[in-house]
Amino acid sequence: MSTETPPRDDPAAGSYLAVEQSPEFASLRKALRNFVFPMTVAFFVWYALYVILSAYARDFMGVKIVGHINVALVFGLLQFVSTFLIAWLYSRYASRRIDPLAEQLKARVEEGARR
Amino acid sequence: MNPILLAADSGSSARSLTITLFVIFVLITLGITVWASRQTRNATDFYAGGRSFTGFQNGMAIGGDYMSAASFLGIAGIIALSGYDGFLYSIGFLVAWLVALLLVAELLRNSGKYTMADVLAFRMRQRPVRTAAAVSTITVSIFYLLAQMVGAGALVALLLGIKPGETFLGMDADTAKVATIVFVGVLMIVYVVVGGMKGTTYVQIVKAFMLMCGAILMTLLVLAVYKFNLSSLLGEAATKSGKGAAFLEPGLRYGKEVAGDPTQTFYNKMDLLSLGIALVLGTAGLPHILTRFYTVPTARDARKSVLWAIGLIGAFYLMTLALGFGAAALVGGAAITKQDKAGNTAAPQLAQALGEKYLGGGTGGSVMLAVIAAVAFATILAVVAGLTLASSSSLAHDFYANVLKRGQTSERQEVQVARISAFIIGAVSIGLAIFAQSLNVAFLVALAFAVAASGNLPAILYSLFWKRFNTAGATAAIYGGLVSAVLLVFFSPVVSGSPTAMFPHNDWHWFPLSNPGLISIPIGFLCGWLGTLLSREPADEAKYAEMEVRSLTGAGAH
Repeated sequence: MSTETPPRDDPAAGSYLAVEQSPEFASLRKALRNFVFPMTVAFFVWYALYVILSAYARDFMGVKIVGHINVALVFGLLQFVSTFLIAWLYSRYASRRIDPLAEQLKARVEEGARR
Repeated sequence: MNPILLAADSGSSARSLTITLFVIFVLITLGITVWASRQTRNATDFYAGGRSFTGFQNGMAIGGDYMSAASFLGIAGIIALSGYDGFLYSIGFLVAWLVALLLVAELLRNSGKYTMADVLAFRMRQRPVRTAAAVSTITVSIFYLLAQMVGAGALVALLLGIKPGETFLGMDADTAKVATIVFVGVLMIVYVVVGGMKGTTYVQIVKAFMLMCGAILMTLLVLAVYKFNLSSLLGEAATKSGKGAAFLEPGLRYGKEVAGDPTQTFYNKMDLLSLGIALVLGTAGLPHILTRFYTVPTARDARKSVLWAIGLIGAFYLMTLALGFGAAALVGGAAITKQDKAGNTAAPQLAQALGEKYLGGGTGGSVMLAVIAAVAFATILAVVAGLTLASSSSLAHDFYANVLKRGQTSERQEVQVARISAFIIGAVSIGLAIFAQSLNVAFLVALAFAVAASGNLPAILYSLFWKRFNTAGATAAIYGGLVSAVLLVFFSPVVSGSPTAMFPHNDWHWFPLSNPGLISIPIGFLCGWLGTLLSREPADEAKYAEMEVRSLTGAGAH
């Protein structure tokens, strides 16, 4: 890192590259991507399933469960439940697994910039 | 006699009450705006509210920016008239927030400064990317603005109960519409020019609070009629609609099956899928939503604000079920279409019916109608202010400061230009809205979402996650998605060749779907990918390292 000559306009540029290639940063990136990518695929497939069933499985969606409450309504409400659930899971995961790592690396970048 | 809105005596008292309540809202928000202007000293204050808002405040403001008149009046109206299909909008609009939460909000907050283009242009050549981003920001915002302002104009005559032939303050219904558009336009310019992001954010918070109170009140009253039994509310709505159980199932409006015409049936189904995908991918590409993330100090606060927004918006969209089916059951489809064919007045009409039921007689109805009508106006006003701010920020910060002046300008000058831009954009949208009055509001909103999902989202995701992405890829993604979305709409049955089209007597349509998302969103992604691979420009490794570290850790965040 000390051999790098950072560009004049950004004193931290050298330390960004060093931090990016550090194993700690790799594990931060991995922690984030391991959660958000699979979760994005999951909710998207789940939502797509709902839209596709609305288009092609009308008989199934019309099956009544209790009184006038049918599968379509319950399926729709489950989309709300899954959205709230994923949001809550993410906030828990992020504050436990991502924030501490991010804080640590942020401090290192800022220290590198001062040096 | 039409009992709704027009009952002669209660009509005029409702009108004066609506106007009184609305004037109170305007005075309060103008007071806030003037106060905010005293706190606005530099560019960060003007563009990002000094980054001083808490997660909760910004979450409320996001709700205020997002729950437009199209959600409040439009979805309630669609559910009231077409039943279950309206609920699809509610679900798509909510699930969309997961894209913002998981993939965009925090990374954008950490690596950007004032606009969406800050992130897109971070490691690219500034001028082409910022120009493209400004073009797309302004296009999306203008479509969205038009929808809100046309909606305001269309509603005013109905909400104020101006009958054909009748005059109000010497204006007939058509003049009143134009006057409303101009009035809304002038107010939004004042909010933005004077109050900047600080003033606009507080306006959003006040509006979100009013809208939630109004929706909660109406939902409780509707449910109370049915002794909090959802099933009997649904049963009555289905019976009153005359469509029976089908009213509670998907298919009355979208993805219709046409007997003996498998091609048309196929297109209808594809149209439903296209709408579904545009709704869920549009939100995280809306510039006025993205700039909201800059108003909080850190990425953690950006996350918190999305979590609050998801809670607030989710609760609101759940209530659209009660509002829509309540209007179907208590007002009835016939009475709603008599007021407005598109069903946009279902919610205010429901308010009136509930007022008559609970507060007794015509006066009670007028009071409730007045309250909900004032909430609807506040909703429209707040959303247009947010849109004007986002597009004038982009014009000033992206186009003026970074493209025209190549970054050689003072903060003062830039904010001055942003204020002038707000005037220009406000004036342009007032003019366009007056000409666009015959356009369908829901169509304009869906188009804005489709353009945002096709033109902005691919470029944002590639910038944040794909190292190889470069200037050519970014401009190709933005222009490819934007142009294909707009062109496909132009050649769709929404614009020509169908009885409900903008030009019903001409026919140049060849694209069978009314929503372009299913085709134009993949085109946006494809253009970004091809543009990147076909250009010889290598990715800037150091810049990517800087962006990745900054976006993930928050180091060096503005």
